[in-house]
Amino acid sequence: MSESANTIQFFTGFRFNDLGFLAEAAGNTLLISVISISIGSVLGCLFGWALHVSVLARYILGSVLDIFRSVPLIIQLLLFFNFFPILGLPLEPFAAGCIVLIFYTSALVAQVARGGIEAVPDSMRRASRSLGMSYLQDMRYVVWPIGARAMLPAWTGVALGVLKDSALVSVLGYLELLRASQILITRTQEPFIILAIVGAFYFALSYPIGKLSAKLEQRWQYD
Amino acid sequence: MIELNSVNKSFGDLQVLKGIDLSVAKGEVLSVIGASGSGKSTMLYCINALEQIQGGSISVDGLDVHAKSTDINKLRQNIGMVFQQWNSFPHLTVLDNVALAPKIVLGKSADEARSIAEKQLQHVDLGDKLDTYPTRMSGGQQQRLAIARALAMEPGYMLFDEVTSALDPELVGEVLDTLRLLREDGMTMIVVTHEINFARDVSDRIAFFHQGVIEELAPAKELVNNPQRQRTQQFLSKVL
Repeated sequence: MSESANTIQFFTGFRFNDLGFLAEAAGNTLLISVISISIGSVLGCLFGWALHVSVLARYILGSVLDIFRSVPLIIQLLLFFNFFPILGLPLEPFAAGCIVLIFYTSALVAQVARGGIEAVPDSMRRASRSLGMSYLQDMRYVVWPIGARAMLPAWTGVALGVLKDSALVSVLGYLELLRASQILITRTQEPFIILAIVGAFYFALSYPIGKLSAKLEQRWQYD
Repeated sequence: MIELNSVNKSFGDLQVLKGIDLSVAKGEVLSVIGASGSGKSTMLYCINALEQIQGGSISVDGLDVHAKSTDINKLRQNIGMVFQQWNSFPHLTVLDNVALAPKIVLGKSADEARSIAEKQLQHVDLGDKLDTYPTRMSGGQQQRLAIARALAMEPGYMLFDEVTSALDPELVGEVLDTLRLLREDGMTMIVVTHEINFARDVSDRIAFFHQGVIEELAPAKELVNNPQRQRTQQFLSKVL
């Protein structure tokens, strides 16, 4: 019998099973990111449109969105998460994280979308209106496709940023990649191997977004 | 018939149209000449309700353009407009540029819209460019595309706003030739232009604009060859 059998084991090494644990956490990172980026982008496009058409929106909505853009995400998360229990409405970490990330994303996308709309010259919109298109038809068939092409690179940057920033939701206790890695590091005391694996997971999640965006950009070239 | 009755139009404090009276009959070609800023283009925008007016009225086929009850989108289907900037839709092929509005505004099927577009594009001599993207074409070709795009709505009237002003000199001819073609087709047109000789040869009448009023309105050859008003004479002596 070796000496180790008599001592209490605090730490156990990294095991194959832990990969499954990390993969599950990566799934959670993917879930919260997909929800936040998709809903946040749709909201952001609406906000961007509002910023474009209304001076009032530019003042009021613009200021609110500025707060979301300017206050560090981790502070927003902690404030929001701890605010609701005060009202007697405790929120799940996942729900709180989603809501904050959605508004954070929408604030970033709003400016990108406004830029996209404004990339379509007024003269072109007059041309489409002069053909008898309604405002909405002009928006749908002319402004959206041209604006979307213009905003794609900036939007991709936002999406990649939000995917990585979702790591901050770990402070609320949501079991995503970063939190899973912290748990494993505490148990195994092998930070290098675990962080390397987590980094690889993040890369695997980000890479398709960048790749897809590059593909779209190529397909959408005007010739 | 397009009729303007003492039309006033201001941008803020600046009054750009001061009581314009004008009527253009079916089949007529009217050219509008005058210095930049004289209100020529603004008048076209008002006729197409792309700009509001502050006084007077404009009617097209008896329909009050600026009345609240008027369906603006319906009205515009009847009034084609081509601009100084050709404004091709860069994300669509030449064919789709022309087919888009018939499809979504007139509700034509994809096949119908396609055959309408093909016909119009052949008419402006772009029949071999159907699947090209407009950014690959010259300004003259894109301007002809813009004309075909407007014609595809089968409008009763066409408004042309300095359609050759942004073109390289060697490309002006092909666009003017297209306008001549429309004239032969019997299209009713208002042509704002700086091409005086073209205006003289192609239009029935010419209106000379000066600082927001119609200074002189006469049959085309008369106005160019024998202008009555001093300001018209001065303007023509500068540009001819």
